Amino acid sequence: MLESFSAESLARAQFAFTVSFHIIFPAFSIGLASFLAVLNARWLRSRDTTYLTLFNYWKKIFAVAFGMGVVSGIVMSYQFGTNWSVFSDKAGPVIGPLMAYEVLSAFFLEAGFLGIMLFGRSRVGEKLHMFATAMVAFGTLMSATWILSVNSWMQTPAGYFIADNGQFHPEDWWQIVFNPSFPYRLVHMVLAAFLTTALVVGGVGGLHLLRDRADASARRMFSMAMWMLVLVTPLQILAGDAHGLNTLEYQPAKVMAMEGHYDSHPNGAPLILFGIPNPSERRIDYALEIPKLSSLILKHDLNAPLAGLDTIPEEDEPPVAIVFFSFRVMVGLGFAMLGLGIWSLFARMRRRLFEAPALWRASILMAPTGFIAVLAGWITTEVGRQPFTVYGVLRTSDSIAPVDAPAVAASLIAFVIVYFAVFGAGTLYILRMMNKPATTAKLGLTDGPMRTASRPAATQRQEHENGI
Amino acid sequence: MEFDLAFIWAGLIAFSVLTYVILDGFDLGLGILFPLGRSEQDRDLMMNSVAPVWDGNETWLVLGGGGLFAVFPLAYAVIMPALYMPITVMLLALVFRGVSFEYRWRVKNKRLWDLAFFAGSFIAAFCQGIALGALVQGIEVEARAYVGGWFDWLTPFSILTGLAVVVGYALLGASWLILKTEGTLRNQMRGYAGRLGTATLALIGVISILTPFQDPVYFERWFNLPGSLWTMIVPLLMLLLSWFFFRGLQGPRDAQPFLAALGFFVVSFVGIGISFYPMMVPPHLTIWDVAAPHSSLAFALVGALVLIPIILGYTAYAYWVFRGKMDPTEGYH
Repeated sequence: MLESFSAESLARAQFAFTVSFHIIFPAFSIGLASFLAVLNARWLRSRDTTYLTLFNYWKKIFAVAFGMGVVSGIVMSYQFGTNWSVFSDKAGPVIGPLMAYEVLSAFFLEAGFLGIMLFGRSRVGEKLHMFATAMVAFGTLMSATWILSVNSWMQTPAGYFIADNGQFHPEDWWQIVFNPSFPYRLVHMVLAAFLTTALVVGGVGGLHLLRDRADASARRMFSMAMWMLVLVTPLQILAGDAHGLNTLEYQPAKVMAMEGHYDSHPNGAPLILFGIPNPSERRIDYALEIPKLSSLILKHDLNAPLAGLDTIPEEDEPPVAIVFFSFRVMVGLGFAMLGLGIWSLFARMRRRLFEAPALWRASILMAPTGFIAVLAGWITTEVGRQPFTVYGVLRTSDSIAPVDAPAVAASLIAFVIVYFAVFGAGTLYILRMMNKPATTAKLGLTDGPMRTASRPAATQRQEHENGI
Repeated sequence: MEFDLAFIWAGLIAFSVLTYVILDGFDLGLGILFPLGRSEQDRDLMMNSVAPVWDGNETWLVLGGGGLFAVFPLAYAVIMPALYMPITVMLLALVFRGVSFEYRWRVKNKRLWDLAFFAGSFIAAFCQGIALGALVQGIEVEARAYVGGWFDWLTPFSILTGLAVVVGYALLGASWLILKTEGTLRNQMRGYAGRLGTATLALIGVISILTPFQDPVYFERWFNLPGSLWTMIVPLLMLLLSWFFFRGLQGPRDAQPFLAALGFFVVSFVGIGISFYPMMVPPHLTIWDVAAPHSSLAFALVGALVLIPIILGYTAYAYWVFRGKMDPTEGYH
């Protein structure tokens, strides 16, 4: 069966699979690391043990998610070479140093201080422990910054020239790092990570409120998560809109696919809410559309002309259906998040945030939607970049490693089996931990790999009281 | 004065690979020894001795890969497809062992993740050894691409280097545990370390004798006058370290076997460097053939020179925080 697939499509499937799995963990841990830093800071300030309880609860969940992020990330750093060696050789001089900076300024920082954050409170004291926690959070944000610069350069390459040996050579590092789509993508992704975490925390808070509405830590986390939703969702919608306008400027074909505009519209383009792309007839079937709204959103003018995919050479056209659907999933979920935030705001104003079982249920239902929206957004932008790896310059078909299809197929199957088994198990463990209230002293049967050597008994008593 | 940035970078990449080997070496090594832990408590102790530091250790592997991609992209683009299978299997093995650190504490029956930790550590070490052997044998390159088959890496020589790395890492793991534990676990590890030390030295010896015959260039490098007077330093240092190692095993200085075992790796690594230099991908591509343009090397070097000392600083701090013997009588909360 696998013989019918080319090495290229298998390599693409493999990259898509491994990177999709990988992004789930950072999307969660970027937000969670910052949440932990906030919780710990507020514990130190207020000495309100609810914050400490929450810190110790979420840190254990963080440890499992972070571990999965680390190991799935190591795979990514080698995947460029194993399956995309021609791309690596050509683009390495430009994007390689950015990734080296990511390793040097982010990965080491996270890994170096993670041990202290997880196990070191009593060994280094509260202040240094707070510093370590902040460094882990800072590291996750640095990591996002560099890797999004890399990705954005592939979308909107700048500051390079093509050398005689076919490589991209750097000309201006400022332009490379701060390439045109980078600021938009960075803001959009970091906000997405914060939202994803807020939705998970809100869902867990909602679950425990349903069981015991007097649970102080459940109240605290639910309230914090809902504030986050209220504040961040509108920002995210604005950021997404700005990002879309930027994409229209630099990657118009991607926006045409997102909008489902097969044809050009000289007198104002409609916004297609729903429909089914029909690639062979080059139209959207069963389209439900609002006239001229797309021109209004993208050009701020009802009658502005918008070009369609008919202006793009067929060999440069991205796969329309995937981009069209994934974009709608992302936007739809974004507005659902906004709705949840507004609902919580009303409940809060009426002082019924902790007496609103329907809201809690809705927050449980919405808990995984951050992940789905992040994945859908990445699918939109990455599939929308096709058929290029470096947009407009290097084709995907010219980027592939000289590895035979059976080898790629075999490794793809291995990745699928291992990832589903390993990360499936990890997700199950995380869900099990979330299912217990935050005040549970032991989330597992044993409470994590804790080192307790050579500490005065007083510290330990203190810790015991603090519920560590 | 014009610095040869490619040369400096070759040194930095070699440094990060060596740092990876000695740091992750001992934590992979105790994974290899894991099934020999006599009780669940012993195994908990073994794993806990590296729990706070293991992912920092593994980050050096990412720097090795990411650094190669950044400054020697052609080497990266040639080596990865050539070693497709061992690299892929190594990555999957690292997935299993990495998650075991957390998963093991989240289940009733630890057996499954005990096994994953052991098998992942063993297979990752074996694949790293195979990759080393395959690189020493040489990689076929034409027109900036790997042109060999996808089983070229599989030879008796690469199997031998694979085994040597497994045994060597196990030695590092055993001597790390001598340093970190007391009582019966330490005595047990002393026993293993003696045997593993002998086996490691024997394997290093055999590989050292075989290596010059993998490529006439290597032979020339090791056996010529007056150069041999210099290269003789390598085996002499090894002899000295062996004496230091076996003396250390008799106690009471528990750090001595570990330091000597690290020395075995450092000296072997220097030996490989002597064989390779100035090749990055033997037998065709030199450091300068595969180097990225000056601007890439310079840009990345600024970051490396500023950040690597800082990284070494806080890594050392993290080790310092978790220093000393582990105390098994104080249980886990």
